[in-house]
Amino acid sequence: MRSRIYVMLALVVSMLVLSACGGGSGAIKIAILAPMSGDVATFGQSTRDGILLAIEEWNEKGGIDGKKIEYVVEDSQCAAEAAVSAANKVIDQDGVKFIIGEVCSSASIPVSEIATAKQIFQISPTSTNTAVTVGESGTKPTIFRACFIDPFQGKVAAKFALDNLGAKTAAVFLDQGNDYVRGLAEVFIAEFEAGGGQVVVKETYTGDDSDFSAIVTKAKDANPDVLYLPDYYSTVNLIAAQAKERGLTAAMLGGDGWDSADLDRAALDGGYFTNHFSDQDTRPIVQEFVSKYAAKFGAPPDALAALAYDAANILFQGMDKANSVDPVEVAKTVASGTFDVVSGRITYDADHNPVKAAVILQVKDGAINYVDTVAP
Amino acid sequence: MAQTFLRPAQNGVMLKRRNGMPLNRFSQGLFVLLGLLVVYVLGRAFWQNPGVFVQQVLNGLQLGFIYALIALGYTMIYGIVKLINFAHGDVFMVGAFTSFYAVATLNLHRWPAALFPGIPEGLMMLVGTVTVVLLSMAISGTLAVVMERFAYRPLRNKPRIAALITAIGVSFFVEYFGALPFVFTNNYITYPRPFAVQVYSAGMIAPWVLVVLWVIFLLIVATFGWLTALARQGSRSRYHVQAQTWKRHPLLQFGLLFFGFITVVVTLTGVRIETGGKVWDLTASNVTLVVMGGSIVLQVLLSYVVSRTRLGKAMRAAAYDKAVARLMGINVDGVITATFALGGGLAGAAGVLYATVFPQVHHLMGIIPGLKAFVAAVIGGIGSIPGAFVGSLIMGQTEMLTAGFISTPMRDAVAFSLLIVVLLVWPQGIFGEPPAEKV
Repeated sequence: MRSRIYVMLALVVSMLVLSACGGGSGAIKIAILAPMSGDVATFGQSTRDGILLAIEEWNEKGGIDGKKIEYVVEDSQCAAEAAVSAANKVIDQDGVKFIIGEVCSSASIPVSEIATAKQIFQISPTSTNTAVTVGESGTKPTIFRACFIDPFQGKVAAKFALDNLGAKTAAVFLDQGNDYVRGLAEVFIAEFEAGGGQVVVKETYTGDDSDFSAIVTKAKDANPDVLYLPDYYSTVNLIAAQAKERGLTAAMLGGDGWDSADLDRAALDGGYFTNHFSDQDTRPIVQEFVSKYAAKFGAPPDALAALAYDAANILFQGMDKANSVDPVEVAKTVASGTFDVVSGRITYDADHNPVKAAVILQVKDGAINYVDTVAP
Repeated sequence: MAQTFLRPAQNGVMLKRRNGMPLNRFSQGLFVLLGLLVVYVLGRAFWQNPGVFVQQVLNGLQLGFIYALIALGYTMIYGIVKLINFAHGDVFMVGAFTSFYAVATLNLHRWPAALFPGIPEGLMMLVGTVTVVLLSMAISGTLAVVMERFAYRPLRNKPRIAALITAIGVSFFVEYFGALPFVFTNNYITYPRPFAVQVYSAGMIAPWVLVVLWVIFLLIVATFGWLTALARQGSRSRYHVQAQTWKRHPLLQFGLLFFGFITVVVTLTGVRIETGGKVWDLTASNVTLVVMGGSIVLQVLLSYVVSRTRLGKAMRAAAYDKAVARLMGINVDGVITATFALGGGLAGAAGVLYATVFPQVHHLMGIIPGLKAFVAAVIGGIGSIPGAFVGSLIMGQTEMLTAGFISTPMRDAVAFSLLIVVLLVWPQGIFGEPPAEKV
């Protein structure tokens, strides 16, 4: 019985949505593809909220060239199959020409292939894999992203360690089987050594290790100035706890994988990490976004919401500048334009990856504080 | 420890010892070569940097003691029911989660402070931590009993493979039931330790503590030596029977193990090693000491239960021959339930200790430690309690020395290859009994 009611409800809702979509002839329709269910559902919700805020602001200003922005949200579940069917649905059925999404690279890549083939504009707020914007035949002309790609963070971290922390030696722990971690670590090592530093310990581990005492002991023996841990918070928590327990005093440094409410702030006290955005950034555009978001959704925005807001703004500003709703025209404008958005001043390189600064945050006394903005 | 087998000593009942196939010259040479290589690598590591080497051994010891607690559960259950309880690692996980909720939600580790506000901090931490461990043991023990009652008992008289496959099913069930959003969720949750971490290194331990520890330890060793000498005299001494009994007393075993390990570790933390102008202070945290101490206390308690109580006697009888034990009026079902309760309780305690060392809980955290402890139990000889202990220490050292001096990503590969090597050359494990053939 229950499920039948849900089916009915879903039908009624979809009919309402469809009829609403059919109404505005002079409107621009965009699609939001994000995981609204599953284990990364919170990513999807933040992303959607960020985009909704941007849409609301533009519609209040009177839309783009007098045209209101309308949207459809599809649950793409952070999975390739669900994202493909969602993309096909919004393109073929809803007639959407602009897609914001997906959150996860694994889902964004197949969507970008469809979008490229059908000449649909796609901007992913947070997918960091290089294959999202670059395919076998070069850069995909209509695909963009709002976040910097993984290795960039390694570069920023190395620069920060050398210039701001004055580090001479570094230890790096990496999970050889994780592309994200390896990407950051390799760039960090290259940049750190190019900048005159010395990587004294480089140790690998596997994803399901929980005992890091052996490599921590080795690092302690080498006594480095910084310890670079570009893994996700779950692993970093364990390494940091064991490092503290064995009296390792090196400053810990990481990437946006640390950005989680579950980060062990006691164990990582004094550590720094690179991130896309900080709500403590004092630039007026950031503060305005933070207060509006908090007023609308009752919680401060996270990096996902900020990047989604940026992705939507890049798209709308691109449309505005291009004076067109043709995806190919908009893509050309975006590729050559400069955008002042929450996560910094963005220009695009030849691979449609944004060139912008990263923020450095510090874990201190149970809080996460904004320290600096570092440009590459 | 060395005298407590689940099976009684065999007095002429076992006729044949079925050893593994003798190895051919080629493989023997290969193993010898490999062994020499390992000795060379480790020896060189020690020579170059003794500080790091000893520290890695300490790390391995800590890991080994945790494996020992899990391995004991495997070995006990195997010894009696002849079932490899693959869900044991998940009982361990539930133990870790129980203590997580006890500490994070119920604040149970601070109950003495809530009841008696003036209580000293150290005593409060001790009592609180013990309470948390006991609660986890109770819950995990109950879970293991429930598993036995509903999943394994109906298959008791079916082929052993059926129970084995069921165990794998139960394991998956517990793991993924735990992943549900209203149970444990599938997040990696930071574990709040029930006591504050302290790191000890050179100069931090007062000399009198070391003196007291060494005096106690040497007294116990002397007592043990004296009893051994008395027992050796055979019938010439009037007390040799008592000496024999006292020598095996759990309290003496406890003293030897507990003070032996703790004294050595605490002494080592006071050592400063200087090589080539480089200073290395050995460190150990109170976490290491708690893990060692807790593990030894529980193991000796277990060995006491198995060797000195009626229940233990019944367990040994059931392990030896269930049908005959039943004929002798032993409630075999009850004994098996008790075995699962004990094994589950140990796994629960191991879960708490593991989460204390690696402060994170996750619904799949039991798989890898469970597998490794199983390997440790097999290396030591499955079914044997001292075997589980020794096998676990070997396992811990293998892993840590591999990670430290050979190759970090290879640690699991080497640890599991050890299993293959042991099975090849020593199929019963170190303390294992050869398969019995009864007459």
